[in-house]
Amino acid sequence: MTSVRQAVFVIVLAAFAASAYAKDAKVPGDPGNGEMIYARCAACHALAYDRTGPRHCGLFGRRAGSVEGFTYSPAMKRSKIVWNAATLDGFLRSPLTYVPGTAMGYAGVTDAKERTDLIAYLKRANESPLCGK
Amino acid sequence: MSLLLLDNAPLALATRRSFLGKSGVLLSGAAIALLAGQEALAATNAGKSTADDIRILNSALGAEFEAIAAYQVGAESGLLQKPVLDLAVTFQGHHKEHADVLGKTIAKLGGKAVVAKERYTFPTDTLKSQADVLRFAASLEKGAVSAYLGAVPLFGNSDLAKAAASILGDEAMHWAILRNALGEAPVPVAFMS
Repeated sequence: MTSVRQAVFVIVLAAFAASAYAKDAKVPGDPGNGEMIYARCAACHALAYDRTGPRHCGLFGRRAGSVEGFTYSPAMKRSKIVWNAATLDGFLRSPLTYVPGTAMGYAGVTDAKERTDLIAYLKRANESPLCGK
Repeated sequence: MSLLLLDNAPLALATRRSFLGKSGVLLSGAAIALLAGQEALAATNAGKSTADDIRILNSALGAEFEAIAAYQVGAESGLLQKPVLDLAVTFQGHHKEHADVLGKTIAKLGGKAVVAKERYTFPTDTLKSQADVLRFAASLEKGAVSAYLGAVPLFGNSDLAKAAASILGDEAMHWAILRNALGEAPVPVAFMS
């Protein structure tokens, strides 16, 4: 019985993961507009290397607080967030609400369309030569 | 980049230097108010987390340290000619003043200020000309404006918000002047985001 439950759990987990992947496989939004919005992030972030904030290449599917060599807030390291379109949307809307104690002292991108476009840009950039793809 | 515009820049830059000198006086005024005392800061911070304010200030301080290093790279690149080189050194001086005030404020709030990294990563392989350096600096300054704009509403203490807004104004001037030196519209929009 235990092995059956384990098998069901694994199947459900796999289905959930596949669903999350599928959700990110085609991210809605206008990446061109998102690129312009990304300019707001340029004080602290870059795609390919760490700055005041961590790099964004490799973002999708990455566990929050896991870029090797980057010093995160304890809150981010504890968050157990895995970055995908949904979690990014929540965090970007209000970073300090989504992860209280985060070092990202930024009020957030309150416009839902802007967040969608920004995430679309991040997704496109992650699949481009900008991120070694 | 318009070389013609850069060739014609010295007179305009001299005027801007005078303006920036005056703005430095304004920033000092805000800094003095900010550094008035821990009691004043604590008194207006009721109900809000000082720890959050310290985290926000430390993020800003980290970005200021990086900006100082970026301008150093630009100044030492051999790509900047006077008067643009002088301008870069002036802007770097502003960032040093920002960092100084932020560090002292963090200490007054009882926090531990971050220190500058031993080395920073910059896309130096893409910086081949003066225009490249200016464009890179402009992107950092625009990002800084957005970062401070995103930080101002978060402070529990209005004096901290005021000081951050003062720095934001300085960064916006940097951005506009760098754009102008590139031959681009110095103030392309009515609102920043």
